[in-house]
Amino acid sequence: MSTAREEILRRVRAAKGASTLETAAASYAGIDRSYQTTATLSHEAILDLFEERLREYDANVFRVSALEVGAAVTEVLRSRKIERVLIPEGLPEDWQRGAEFVVDREFSATELDGFTAVMTTATVGIAETGTIVLQTAPGQGRRAITLVPDYHLCLLPVISVVETVVEAMRLLELTKNLPTTFFSGPSATADIEMTRIKGVHGPRFVDVILMN
Amino acid sequence: MSRVPLDPRTAPTFQQAARALLGDAQLRKNVRHATDVIQTKRRKLVEEKQDWQALRESGRQIRAHVLENLDVYLEEFERNFTKAGGVIHWARDAAEAQKIVVGLVKEIGTTEVIKIKSMTTEEIQLNNALEAAGVHAYETDLAELIIQLGEDQPSHIVVPALHKNRAQVREIFRRTMNLPDLGDKPADLADAARRFLREKFLRVTTAVSGANFLVAETGGVCIVESEGNGRMCLTMPETLISVVGVEKVVPRWQDLEPLLQMLPRSATGERMNPYNSMWCGVHPGDGPQRMHIVLLDNGRTEVLADREGRQTLQCIRCGACQNACPVYRQTGGHAYGSVYAGPIGAILTPQLMHLEHSQSLPYASSLCGACYEVCPVKINIPEVLIHLRHKVVEQNGWYAPESLAMKAVAQVFRSERRFRAAQRLGRLAELPLVKSEKRSFAIVGQKQEASDGWIGWLPGLLGGWTSTRDLQAMPQETFRDWWEKRGKQ
Amino acid sequence: MKVALFITCYNDTLFPATGKAVVEVLERLGHTVEFPAGQTCCGQMHWNTGYQAEALPLLPRFLQQFEHAEAVVVPSSSCVAMMREHYPIMAERIVAEGGDTSLPERTAAILPRVWEFSEFLTKKLGLTDVGAYYPHRVTYHASCHGLRSLGLGDGPQTLLKSVRGLELVEIANLEQCCGFGGTFAVKNADVSSAMLAEKTRAVLNTGAEECTACDNSCLMHLQGALHRQRTGVTTRHLAEILAHTEADEEAEDALPTEVTL
Repeated sequence: MSTAREEILRRVRAAKGASTLETAAASYAGIDRSYQTTATLSHEAILDLFEERLREYDANVFRVSALEVGAAVTEVLRSRKIERVLIPEGLPEDWQRGAEFVVDREFSATELDGFTAVMTTATVGIAETGTIVLQTAPGQGRRAITLVPDYHLCLLPVISVVETVVEAMRLLELTKNLPTTFFSGPSATADIEMTRIKGVHGPRFVDVILMN
Repeated sequence: MSRVPLDPRTAPTFQQAARALLGDAQLRKNVRHATDVIQTKRRKLVEEKQDWQALRESGRQIRAHVLENLDVYLEEFERNFTKAGGVIHWARDAAEAQKIVVGLVKEIGTTEVIKIKSMTTEEIQLNNALEAAGVHAYETDLAELIIQLGEDQPSHIVVPALHKNRAQVREIFRRTMNLPDLGDKPADLADAARRFLREKFLRVTTAVSGANFLVAETGGVCIVESEGNGRMCLTMPETLISVVGVEKVVPRWQDLEPLLQMLPRSATGERMNPYNSMWCGVHPGDGPQRMHIVLLDNGRTEVLADREGRQTLQCIRCGACQNACPVYRQTGGHAYGSVYAGPIGAILTPQLMHLEHSQSLPYASSLCGACYEVCPVKINIPEVLIHLRHKVVEQNGWYAPESLAMKAVAQVFRSERRFRAAQRLGRLAELPLVKSEKRSFAIVGQKQEASDGWIGWLPGLLGGWTSTRDLQAMPQETFRDWWEKRGKQ
Repeated sequence: MKVALFITCYNDTLFPATGKAVVEVLERLGHTVEFPAGQTCCGQMHWNTGYQAEALPLLPRFLQQFEHAEAVVVPSSSCVAMMREHYPIMAERIVAEGGDTSLPERTAAILPRVWEFSEFLTKKLGLTDVGAYYPHRVTYHASCHGLRSLGLGDGPQTLLKSVRGLELVEIANLEQCCGFGGTFAVKNADVSSAMLAEKTRAVLNTGAEECTACDNSCLMHLQGALHRQRTGVTTRHLAEILAHTEADEEAEDALPTEVTL
């Protein structure tokens, strides 16, 4: 008796003829990719668009110079009345201003649930869709820390903001094996009468600091 | 809390189910509202995308290429996913998939799992199988939770509870969550779900999901969602078991470029859905340390074997065809007797059932083409519907009453003489049914008085027409009679 | 131009006035119309219902009747859609079954010369005004095949806007199917009726006296409900409106009007 694996692969080959790596590669190369792959806007316009999209998601957006980051963090956290912030390893010391910052030490689920806020950086921002891409890397941490706390303060260098999804995907090509999360605004649902409700299980509140 | 799942093997015909559902005014209102909202949002966001047709063409080619080379990409995915610390299982059918998942859960020794919305696990009726083995599955998607607690059935592949309104949802939550004072604002209801599930996310150590895409070159999995329940399930537990149809693989990371752009715009009318998660197997210190994927056939390879039906497997489950379908919009999803409702269900379900069940589904369409127009991967659904109708006709045999009638008519069309005779005969045959009305209208300079007759009742099969519609009687003179007379003048 | 008219089986039998109107318009524009007598049906009903074997012989029949023509005009978008979308498949199928190997090439050769009536006027002849007069309030129903398969766009509306005296009123949800769908109307009569009810409401909401289209099949469906409900709103094929002139109007006024229900 054949195993399920052999049986299914046999069925697949019987269904459409066997393929080889070579024939597959040749046919793959012919796939049409004439969609937009590059930016059409100036970088300043891209940043404006990114900011506009984030604001549509009710995120607050702040643009600051590299030297003002600590002050901006202090200001944002004060306005949100946040005193204790979870952070991953690898965040610069001088950004950790205005609250108590606790580095993630493989906290359990319940311990994570004790945090109301998290602060991280990110890999890429996508203006067209208002998306921020997080990866498991220094400064961004493991996926759970940006999920359980209700508030996420995200810091992103302006040079990491691109216009289109395609540009972002191509930048991420180098690190595509890392756990990657695209987030576009706060968690949401429209399951009840198509009414968009912000905040279900992921963070309900997001602020973004764009650093020059 | 187990419920009766939608099962094409026991479902009534589409006609029967539709007749009952058409009488449910509330359901029709809910379905109409939801599909209107999504369609309006979708249209706006598709229009703003200048390269939409290029994205569609690319998406179609990628998905078609995968199907042509499915063996290569399944093996490549298996290799890379295994290298990344995951374990692959293969399931020939629903029973085998159930057995694998139940076995894995039993081995862990848990009696609870949390679930991400997955139509594939609905298809294999996994929850009931788990329940029978003493394992309770908590649905964590809000819509699926509504369905589960309401002991209901999903009616849409993206928004499975769109047939319920807020008052109905409140009743379900009040009763099952023991919240007598619950309000009926959507925000209140979502908040109730958040509290109800939070404790489960923190406690339950095993999760079950489907997947939107598998990436062969990295052994990666991609899950798109909105609420964060998906991220909870795929990062917090110790074990994740994903049940995925064999057709869901794509060759490379770059293939997600068009697909991740089109899926949210088509599915929910968003530029991007709140969360996309992509990862490869097991990552030390981040997420589940045990990761299983069950690759499911369950009829898919038979669909693959049908050259004309094959494109059905290009589907990325966006549900746009459901929202656009004027038939689905009248009946909602339950009429289709399957978790896959609407146009995609009308072609997928009969094929997964080897056409032994669901023969009425290929006819549940006026072939208006709205589904094909919105499909992001250009599945020519009307074409496949026609193809399946042909298969149904062949299956039913030449001696079926409809077949005999259609063959007789076909003979008529094969000869001008027979056609003319049939036109005359038709006028005679309808005579007893015609009530005459006089009306005057001049056409083509022929100032003549026309005598119109109307038919208000037809016998047998044709009675479906006259239940709501009159039929104008045949004119006294056919066009070709007129043409011939004109030539003689 | 010498134009061959493919009237289609149901127009021939049920809607001869549409055929007369097509002839009238084309001749008025200075073209010669011929009617190949051996024509019957395009095969759509059989093909779309799943009776493919029964539809196949109608392809060589069509070719035989129309191959010589400079242009073939068809007052039915769904029949033209049938030909454009399925005739090439049918030709291949016949060859695969050991039939006439010349069919694929001959089919490919004739299809670019096959035109839906309004499309012939707007796209082939490049016309918008064909000299019609029709002093009525009219709404246009876009059939699914005209809209999606043929991509008629606003061609038919452009023709209507040029008709003297005609007031064109837009219908809501133009792109929505009326629920006819050939055998669908009988096989799924309940759903079809529900779809029709919506379309009928949309027609009535326009306040139009008449609803027109490029397909008598949809119109027959709509008229069935409009008549059953005694709405007083009528339907008329686009060709009949385009054929109508001041002279027709005067003749009509002279006729006694009598309606008995």
